[in-house]
Amino acid sequence: MGKTVTEKILGRHVKGGKVSQDDFIFCRIDMALGNDITAPIAISEFEKAGFRKIFHRDKIALIPDHFTPAKDIRSAEQVKILRDFARRYKIRHYYEIGRMGIEHALLPELGLVGPGDVVIGADSHTCTYGALGAFSTGVGSTDLAAGWATGHCWFRVPKTLKFVFSGKRNRWVTGKDLILYTIGQIGVDGALYRAMEFTGPVIRKLPIDDRFSMSNMAIEAGGKSGIIEPDEITWEYVREHQPEQGVRKIEANAEYLKSDSDAEYEKVYEFNISGLEPVVALPSLPSNVQPVSKLKKITIDQVVIGSCTNGRISDLRVAARILKKKKVAAGIRCIVIPATQEIYRQAMHEGLIEIFLDANAAVSTPTCGPCLGGHMGILAKGERALATTNRNFTGRMGHPESEVYLCNPAVAAASAITGRITHPEAV
Amino acid sequence: MKIRGKTWKFGDNINTDEIIPARYLNTFDADELGRHCMEDVDAEFPKKIADGDVIVGGKNFGCGSSREHAPIAIKGSGISCVIAESFARIFYRNAINTGLPIVVSLEAARDLRSQEEIEVDTVAGTVRNLSRNKIYQADRFPDFMQEIITAGGLLNWIKKKGLFKK
Repeated sequence: MGKTVTEKILGRHVKGGKVSQDDFIFCRIDMALGNDITAPIAISEFEKAGFRKIFHRDKIALIPDHFTPAKDIRSAEQVKILRDFARRYKIRHYYEIGRMGIEHALLPELGLVGPGDVVIGADSHTCTYGALGAFSTGVGSTDLAAGWATGHCWFRVPKTLKFVFSGKRNRWVTGKDLILYTIGQIGVDGALYRAMEFTGPVIRKLPIDDRFSMSNMAIEAGGKSGIIEPDEITWEYVREHQPEQGVRKIEANAEYLKSDSDAEYEKVYEFNISGLEPVVALPSLPSNVQPVSKLKKITIDQVVIGSCTNGRISDLRVAARILKKKKVAAGIRCIVIPATQEIYRQAMHEGLIEIFLDANAAVSTPTCGPCLGGHMGILAKGERALATTNRNFTGRMGHPESEVYLCNPAVAAASAITGRITHPEAV
Repeated sequence: MKIRGKTWKFGDNINTDEIIPARYLNTFDADELGRHCMEDVDAEFPKKIADGDVIVGGKNFGCGSSREHAPIAIKGSGISCVIAESFARIFYRNAINTGLPIVVSLEAARDLRSQEEIEVDTVAGTVRNLSRNKIYQADRFPDFMQEIITAGGLLNWIKKKGLFKK
């Protein structure tokens, strides 16, 4: 029986070089990430345990992105814990605002994660790097402290669910729609404890930013990871995003980055997406998915375009294309958050920021901000937001009696113009 | 370990934003987080519960974010144990790593109602419903996880094994 790409990558990170499904492994890690919410607990646990050394100063990333620029005194104190720890242990990858970006956009951009890596992060959306062909998964703060002290993490080798996407991808249908559709099909625990592997002709042509959106939301189906085998699109991205230190080899034909044809899958889903149109996830689960054209007359108070799911340059481009020479509807707030400083700069060079400003959208410095109800756009009681973010749980963006609808950037931009959920074709 | 308490029942897919909303994540103080545990589902919950009480969830308990504040808030509120039909994977890891007792039991999760007196025996793997005189079986933890639980959490296990960089 052959191996999946997930089993092969994990195999290369354990003694003996081989793993099988359901094995418990103590696995070597290539990167261990924390943010201003999760890392303070990890640092506290690390110190309480009496650990004195970190496994590698280049393989830890501390990214203060959730409540930054510090929204209040306590948030500032939390960032300070990261800053002090980074200084004490000479951790290279700590980024202040001004250099900082949303972690899951920033790490790939800096070339800190890539094909074949094993990455853990104390953030559930760490699964994002599966888009580059990494085994990458969210863990807790104690796992992170353990990872820093040992360079390892324990896993149960997951069974894999394979998702084969075929057919014609219609205009306005993005990676976000493919993953929301998938979650709608299998439910929010449909991939619980499982590796999700996205493949098929549609994926092979899917741009890298769309792949990031897909892998990013594997967790919303309960998945441990959401991997896409690297191909020419991946390697092109890797070539353009080499790390400052060291060189990432281009291993376009590496056997260990491909699933064997006789690999064992727990289940294979075949999705023909020819009839798919952009979709929206209604409150309050990401699986509550409807085609956008079915949703008539759903008025909104706020639009958010950003997050680790959809704050990348291609997301901003499509939003700007729709908002160009148009205005956000009166009484509606539209907040645009480029995911990294680099994306912000690129958007400025391309004139996208000016389009947003002309449309009366607000443009923010990179932050997770409103996505998790942190700051920069919190909802009042009874308000409704349409967002390109990843979760629409009760009270996610503010008051427990507010609502979040999830969609792609084109739908978000079109809806900002009309003030109700709108198909991009309609504007 | 034997845990005795009163049950508080919740539905499927209880997520970490419900367990502890993100607006409180600018601290990781257990008592403070405990005072807000589950408040967006039931505003009075933190005040109503007594020390030792047990949360009973349905499927996929603890889904959503990786925040370890979720098990910290549960423990800080005085809840002694969570029983569910299934747990989301990061919450499950966090509970084992940090020593929050959790029980996977389909029959207990489905049959238990709110406000019942129960006794959980984590060693025998049983949940006894003292109000209705019934007994439910819990799933056994795999040996590897049991080892971490017995060691008193992940970091103690690592120290015991000498796996950290010296």
